[in-house]
Amino acid sequence: MTEVPAYRRPAAGTHPPLNTPAYRSTALRHPTRPLILLPQRLTELTGPVLGETLLLPTDNDLTRQYDGEPQGQRIIVHGRVLDGDGHPVARSLIEIWQANAGGRYRHGADSWPSPLDPYFDGVGRTVTDDEGRYEFVTIKPGPYPWGNHANAWRPAHIHFSLFGRAFAQRLVTQMYFPDDPLFTHDPIFNAVPDEAARRRMVAALDMERTAPRWALAFRFDVVLRGNAATPFEEVRG
Amino acid sequence: MRLGETPSQTVGPYLTIGLAWDEGAYVVPEDTAGAVWISGTVYDGAGDTVSDALIETWQGPDVHWTRGVPGGGFAGFGRCPTDGGGRYRILTRLPEPVDGQAPHLDVSVFARGLLDRVVTRVYFPDHELANGGDPVLASVSDERRRTLLARQTPDGYAFDIRLQGADETVFFDV
Ligand SMILES: [Fe+2]
Repeated sequence: MTEVPAYRRPAAGTHPPLNTPAYRSTALRHPTRPLILLPQRLTELTGPVLGETLLLPTDNDLTRQYDGEPQGQRIIVHGRVLDGDGHPVARSLIEIWQANAGGRYRHGADSWPSPLDPYFDGVGRTVTDDEGRYEFVTIKPGPYPWGNHANAWRPAHIHFSLFGRAFAQRLVTQMYFPDDPLFTHDPIFNAVPDEAARRRMVAALDMERTAPRWALAFRFDVVLRGNAATPFEEVRG
Repeated sequence: MRLGETPSQTVGPYLTIGLAWDEGAYVVPEDTAGAVWISGTVYDGAGDTVSDALIETWQGPDVHWTRGVPGGGFAGFGRCPTDGGGRYRILTRLPEPVDGQAPHLDVSVFARGLLDRVVTRVYFPDHELANGGDPVLASVSDERRRTLLARQTPDGYAFDIRLQGADETVFFDV
């Protein structure tokens, strides 16, 4: 087997432990046996090429998927996808989904008494450019109640799914908004042990990109795993 | 430059809004020669089926799909949310042995209650010789190795995933 670069394992405290009792759904779903170390081989060092062919023109503007405009505060969410070495992750699919302005998801299992918005699905997709940049226009999602504990409410968030270049870089996360008073009450946000890592899930208000009299902007950079070996060599295929 | 990674978070119960694709289960089109269904059920630690999970499969480079997305397939990538009974299914063709490894698929499992994906591999019982020389299977104890082997079915293979419990599936730290 030729020498291929491997992806660095994240520092301890970056990812939430699968067993997080405060988030009750983990109880019966986290593996109890130790994970077995899988040295990264060709299958883990490669990944699907999922590009523009999957996209519709309105996929990155969640406010224009119907004839009418959704309720709520219009926002721009943009940023870059980088690897842990600071290199842009170019031409890579990003998928997002979210609740509407009132905190309601368009999903059969979400039935709390907040109305659906006829003009909002809460689904977006885009592909990063050559510099790893992406942009969505959407509506600021509302917080919503859930059944984890008495009077539990999730802080407002947008779900993000990223592929990177390799199976080993696959990531699903959530983007939060600055200074949300619900952070301290949320076992999912707080499941990330390292405080600096938690802050990396929080977007920043971006006045530069804010469109006057149109939409506030938030910047959210996503960092996927970097290479353990410094010089990147061609993966044979 | 070194940057800290963005943490993983759960897909939550409403994952299908963003992650379900109409043709996601079709790694290859239905009429592809040698296509097989890989299907199974996801169980939790109480033995209950998990109806809000997502299975993704990835098979490494293959001359048939590394350089594009032929026939409307998804470049070796399959994706299927579990249904009300915890079931998923993926239509694909078995990969070739690669790098001294037996034919296998990498599998990611996402679900409400999983704060990070868990990763496993599917191997195929009719490749006994190749399986015997596979370095990843060799790294797993005899007793647990069978959790990585699919069963043959009339239209392909069955591969159940047990997140927890006595027959817990082997999950890997990638
Ligand atoms: Fe959510």
